[in-house]
Amino acid sequence: MSTQAGYQLSHLDELEAESIHIFREVVAEFEKPVLMFSGGKDSIVMLRLAEKAFYPARVPFPVLQVDTGYDFPEVIETRDRWVERLGVRLIIASVEQAIKDGIVVDDGKTSRNRLQIGTLLHVIEEEGFTAAFGGGRRDEEKARAKERVYSHRDEFGQWDPKNQRPELWSLYNGRIHEGEHMRIFPLSNWTELDIWSYIGREQIEIPSIYFAHNRRVFERDGMLLSESDHNPLRNAEEVKERQVRFRTVGDLTLTGCLESSASTVEEIIEEVAISRVTERGATRGDDRFSEAAMEDRKKEGYF
Amino acid sequence: MDEQMDLLRFATAGSVDDGKSTLIGRLLLDSKAIFEDQLASVEATSKSRGYDYTDLALLTDGLRSEREQGITIDVAYRYFATPRRKFIIADTPGHVQYTRNMVTGASTADLGLVLVDARQGMTEQSRRHAVLLSLLRVPHLVLAVNKMDLVDYDEEVYNQIHRDFTAFTSKLTVPDLTIIPISALQGDNVVTRSDKMPWYEGPSLLHHLEHVYVASDRDLVDTRFPVQYVVRPKSDKWHDYRGYAGRVAGGVMKKGDEVMVLPSGLTSRIAGIDLFDKEIDEAYPPMSVSVRLEDDLDVSRGDMICRPKNAPTPSQDIDAMVSWMVPEPMRVKRKLAIKHTTRTARALVKNIQYRLDINTLHRDQDTHELGLNEIGRVQLRTTQPLLCDPYATNRDTGSFILIDEATGVTVGAGMIN
Repeated sequence: MSTQAGYQLSHLDELEAESIHIFREVVAEFEKPVLMFSGGKDSIVMLRLAEKAFYPARVPFPVLQVDTGYDFPEVIETRDRWVERLGVRLIIASVEQAIKDGIVVDDGKTSRNRLQIGTLLHVIEEEGFTAAFGGGRRDEEKARAKERVYSHRDEFGQWDPKNQRPELWSLYNGRIHEGEHMRIFPLSNWTELDIWSYIGREQIEIPSIYFAHNRRVFERDGMLLSESDHNPLRNAEEVKERQVRFRTVGDLTLTGCLESSASTVEEIIEEVAISRVTERGATRGDDRFSEAAMEDRKKEGYF
Repeated sequence: MDEQMDLLRFATAGSVDDGKSTLIGRLLLDSKAIFEDQLASVEATSKSRGYDYTDLALLTDGLRSEREQGITIDVAYRYFATPRRKFIIADTPGHVQYTRNMVTGASTADLGLVLVDARQGMTEQSRRHAVLLSLLRVPHLVLAVNKMDLVDYDEEVYNQIHRDFTAFTSKLTVPDLTIIPISALQGDNVVTRSDKMPWYEGPSLLHHLEHVYVASDRDLVDTRFPVQYVVRPKSDKWHDYRGYAGRVAGGVMKKGDEVMVLPSGLTSRIAGIDLFDKEIDEAYPPMSVSVRLEDDLDVSRGDMICRPKNAPTPSQDIDAMVSWMVPEPMRVKRKLAIKHTTRTARALVKNIQYRLDINTLHRDQDTHELGLNEIGRVQLRTTQPLLCDPYATNRDTGSFILIDEATGVTVGAGMIN
């Protein structure tokens, strides 16, 4: 706990306190919450906050992962270690199984990413979950900037942005009707940089693929993709070994990595801070961070 | 990352015309919260529209396109940081649904930012914004006198607006007012002080936002701890552990403090305060902690831990200013659900005393209902006593929301008198 003179919390402590408050509020008011786990850094930070909110008791809800069949093995390993340490129930909803059961239709054109949605909604309905924690942040995009911490979903699982409930003070309205559920976003007010700072401060274990490592990759649509049996090469695509890391983790057939030598959280924070300027450039395969940008930011006292 | 960074939440209100989007765009840009390719696209759009300058309003222009698509304009949250502070902006549009959105945005704000166009001076809209920020007890108010470049950076223009606004806010509750002449477009006095206005001796806007002292805004005297959840691990190792989890709403709590639990009135002492696996010396707002008591009392969600000689008065009769947020009006005899701290009860609307005209501050006593975006003084009777303080002393224990029991929608927000 770091404090300043005059009883002022640091920004990370205040964000943490707000998120813990949200976790406790949901558990107190909802019959059957669940945490949606993607394997990524944000959902791991959620697990850490949930652990803190209920300690020394166990996290009082299960963890749900939608398995696309194309997950990175490193992500699965980290997930399993977290689940074992916390002693929580893990529910795996398999897209493969959902296709077999006719819950979602694989027409060969729809990505696994999209098929996740139907699979997820089916599990929420089957298990009767009334609240589902998600790792979404408002800094991610313009539409999310307006989403509530408690985001209401109707009986079809739909979000109606025109009809959101006003959210005042820290008084959350958890009223739902039979068959509806609430998506809960405890990380709403965190930015990508906050997440990394917190991972660094708390020494939180995240999948190793976030850090620089050597990997056999090939280029497609300006992105560097991982060599894999799930990802057959198309004509003229060529596999080469590079030092890379992933900024996000998901379906390995779609998730691009970037060339990077950042092997510690501190180095990643530095990279994220600079790449805020050229993040899209990186995914477009354009050039990377300029030395000048780095220097400019250091001059201004950044980090 | 600097561990000593803290957090400031501020609310802005206004329309595109007064330069609010340009100002926010400037703050995001100059603090590097904007991508270079975003800026490039804004520059290209500005050029293609034949502007002489880069229109920074385009950076935050989600709102305009949304308006064209007919989506309800709403509070949007934006983020930026300097090495000193992280900022959360609750950005509320000025026109449509302004009261509902501004009340929402201001409810969590430490500071309210009102913009006026230097050429126009104070308008009905800027007065309204000041009234709402004052009603919501936002502790710090900044008036940015924008577009100073269009009045030749004239000191007298600034002085006139300064006099008008100070006179107007003297009728309101505005504990801390700062008035800054700026040009969001040219960047004058936004991040750095401008040499075009040597007569102005105050800080730049960003400097003020970075340094405004907010630690003493919360009540650090009157201990208020609404119990949110009882942590009882059902494990052998922690067999006897019972922690009352919650967020400190007021006061500084320490181990050994004598406390009283409401509504039972039973007393005990704090045996320890836990934050995850560490016992901490003291807890203060807005920390989320678990409090252990020396005695085995029956304490549950909705109860409040306070001090024996400093406790809120439990009451079923609530007198409050209510902001109404849905088209179907609030009427006397209507029954609603009420959520106050961690306690939920039912409430009956006993009386609507007056409706407040937020443009004139006139109190309309001949009213029997409150419509969408109206604010009025209301008396409620609740099924259970609420453990409340006046909103003026504590924004957490003095606020509540009203919920329609049939639809589940949040229909109103209240501030207890």
